[in-house]
Amino acid sequence: MNSPLVAEKTAVNFIMLKVLAALLPAIAAYVYFFGPAILVSIALASVTALASEAAVLHLRHYPLRVYLTDGSALVTAWLLALSIPPLAPWWLIVVGTLFAILVAKHLYGGLGNNLFNPAMVGFAALMISFPSHMTHWTAPDVLAHSHWSFAQQMDFMFGGISPADSKLDAVTMATPLDTLKTQLHLERTVAEIQSSPIFSTLSGKGTEIIALLYLLGGLFLWQQRIISWHIPASFLAAMFGLAGLFYLYDPVHYASPLFHLFAGGTMLGAFFIATDYVTSPTTPLGKLIFGAGIGVCAYVIRVLGGYPDGIAFAVLFLNSAVPLIDAYTQPRVFGHAGKWFNGRKE
Amino acid sequence: MRTLHPFHGGIHPPEHKSQSTRQGIAAAPLPARLVVPLRQHNGNPARPVVAVGDHVLKGQMIGAPEGFISAAVHAPASGRVMAIEMQPIPHPSGLPDVSVVLEPDGEERWIERQAIDYRAIDPADLRNRLRDAGVVGLGGAVFPSHIKLDASGLETLVINAAECEPYITCDDMLMRERAAEVVQGIAIMQHVMAAREVLIGIEDNKPEAISAMQAACQGSGFEVVTVPTLYPSGSAKQLIKLLTGKEVPSGALAPQVGVQCFNVATAYTIHRAVNHGEPVISRIVTLTGNMEEPRNYEVLIGTPVGELVKVAKPRADTSGYLMGGPMMGLPLTDPGVPVVKATNCIIATSAELFPPPPRAMPCIRCTRCAQACPADLQPQELFWFAKAKNFAKAQEYQLFDCIECGCCNYVCPSHIPLVQFYRFAKSEIHAQERDRKASERARERHEFREFRLEREKQEKAAKHAAKAAQAAASPDGGSGDEAAAKKAAIQAAIDRAKAKKAAVTPQNVDDLPPEAQAKIDEIEERRTHARESAGQAAAVQKSDEGQGAS
Repeated sequence: MNSPLVAEKTAVNFIMLKVLAALLPAIAAYVYFFGPAILVSIALASVTALASEAAVLHLRHYPLRVYLTDGSALVTAWLLALSIPPLAPWWLIVVGTLFAILVAKHLYGGLGNNLFNPAMVGFAALMISFPSHMTHWTAPDVLAHSHWSFAQQMDFMFGGISPADSKLDAVTMATPLDTLKTQLHLERTVAEIQSSPIFSTLSGKGTEIIALLYLLGGLFLWQQRIISWHIPASFLAAMFGLAGLFYLYDPVHYASPLFHLFAGGTMLGAFFIATDYVTSPTTPLGKLIFGAGIGVCAYVIRVLGGYPDGIAFAVLFLNSAVPLIDAYTQPRVFGHAGKWFNGRKE
Repeated sequence: MRTLHPFHGGIHPPEHKSQSTRQGIAAAPLPARLVVPLRQHNGNPARPVVAVGDHVLKGQMIGAPEGFISAAVHAPASGRVMAIEMQPIPHPSGLPDVSVVLEPDGEERWIERQAIDYRAIDPADLRNRLRDAGVVGLGGAVFPSHIKLDASGLETLVINAAECEPYITCDDMLMRERAAEVVQGIAIMQHVMAAREVLIGIEDNKPEAISAMQAACQGSGFEVVTVPTLYPSGSAKQLIKLLTGKEVPSGALAPQVGVQCFNVATAYTIHRAVNHGEPVISRIVTLTGNMEEPRNYEVLIGTPVGELVKVAKPRADTSGYLMGGPMMGLPLTDPGVPVVKATNCIIATSAELFPPPPRAMPCIRCTRCAQACPADLQPQELFWFAKAKNFAKAQEYQLFDCIECGCCNYVCPSHIPLVQFYRFAKSEIHAQERDRKASERARERHEFREFRLEREKQEKAAKHAAKAAQAAASPDGGSGDEAAAKKAAIQAAIDRAKAKKAAVTPQNVDDLPPEAQAKIDEIEERRTHARESAGQAAAVQKSDEGQGAS
């Protein structure tokens, strides 16, 4: 027995459960706009994550009960499921989740030791290995040429069978970000492109509401002191600022900064992915640098790069810089002279 | 209202203070036996000045201060000295220390008590009297007060009445009931140090104490400052920052920034010592926790804890006792240990009140610890370095600025015993430092021996050469040459020794595989403990020898 003898009740799994809870409103909107297939994806990812996590914990002689209930594998699973197209074949989400848990998390030492965000590693692996599957996004029900029932969606996910009267193309479409990029290459203006029915006030029909609910969930996490404001704020500010500069320079060929904030994975990335404790910096200044770096990289990749969105690669890129950022942004210690920015000499 | 300068971090643990403040301070019964350790303060233990079998009066000096950093120890009751021997004391090592065992006669006959007119005597003289009255800091650090009072022309005198640890209420009750006397003690301090302003910091969870102190301070010019309840605002450096905005530099003492800080109970004992001639023989102790009748008692120093707690009726499921608060307190391994000057609180523990912490999980870098740290440290970094035994990095990240307040430990969602890691790293670094110094001394001795042997050899050779030269019947032997050769030989030996010294590089700490970490940590901790114990034993032995010689 050693002091302190008292402790706060908050445990790791309590934090992880709050993160999952904060995702629920956006998931509900997802179901509303795109049908219940996303729930199957999430369930599939969750089961795969827990099973693979349990297998590794067993091999590593870790106590299953404590580690399996820490909730971290579930967070990875949910974030990955929410990042990939909901009508993707079942094996896609399984392969992605396995890669995230086995390679990105446990090969690095398990909970607390991984350098890269597991969900984003899984996403990147899928994006590079199966690019065509990763770009078939479901169209919102209001826009789809034909409506698939839940049973038909399941037939497609698990058997690859499209209903007799409609092909996959009939229920999917490119995302607003993707559409914008490909159409811009066809020499059309932003205004022309955004007059298409898939666009709405902020970004895409349906997706903008989901993005708003991610923002809401993120604010809940901030209010609950699960995440600090530094990363989301600097992330969004950097993306808004950079997009704003391009927009002011040439509004005909660059979408508005507001569009970029609510399109693609910006909100999910800013509040739920970049804020992952394990793979983000620990110092306040470091968090600001990290978030801003992601915002800039993500914008550059999504606007100038070859991929439809850049959040995952931006996050992974900045993940690799975290040890460096931490080492050079150590705050001043009580009673020590020093500047606000206090780089450490090796 | 005074502008406060909040320190970073801090926590709000449940207070549990109301239980022990429902009744006023009561006198604890006179125990059958008093065990008065001679080391109740920082610095040298007092030197016993009584012999076994002596009859002593209440307040009679039984241990005289030894050296500069020391304080006297007195008989808490009149009675007979039964023994001067090793007795268990409240110390993290759990090792015994030299104590005077008294059997009270129940007559409570005092020594002749003489008040001092502190305005009339020299401050240096007054400080000596406080040392002889055994006045030490009663906030827990028990540093001899006369040394801290040796600072003149002070900007601010801070009186620490924050009492931020949960459960503890002894300062609260002292202020409620004896505010006027406390203020008289503060006046003495202010006089000695010529302090320009006096700030008394009290947490806002003690409204009765605040109003009592405000009333007592009327006309004195002292300012009672209400500070928000936030652990650890009672930590001296944090309180100084809070009240004055000044940060005491790392490794420095408060007077460097024109401030000195004393605990409120120390002020009270100064008043008793100066205005009543009473040395420190008792203190107020909160008895609380798993007890039927928690309350504050005025307890004679030396009262065995096991006997004292009976007055507050510990519950049947009491598993042990804790000296101090639940954040920084010391679990007592032996109920026979006595109440000492540092004892502000005894908490009866039970599995229900203080459940064992859940299994520690890996650090997830959530930085709750960094947000809670009142020293602006990055506890997660210090934890990784301590765990990896990368002590150089731990020091670079200012491990020694950690005050072991336990805030990081309290908030950690992975339930990592962070403070234990820091204690381990600190003791390892101290041990390495000792080893390094010892080996340096050994090397110096060795080098000098080499040098001496070489010199003797050269001298012998020179002598032989001289003799040979003499034998060759050459009367003008080159005595100058001889001296030069000797000098060159010595120089060569010195150069060799220097080269050897340069070749010795300090050994680095090895990186260890993480899987074996827990086991190694455990072994290391045991080893540190054993080393500490050995050190303690040696120290005790030394003091024993000193005693025999006196």
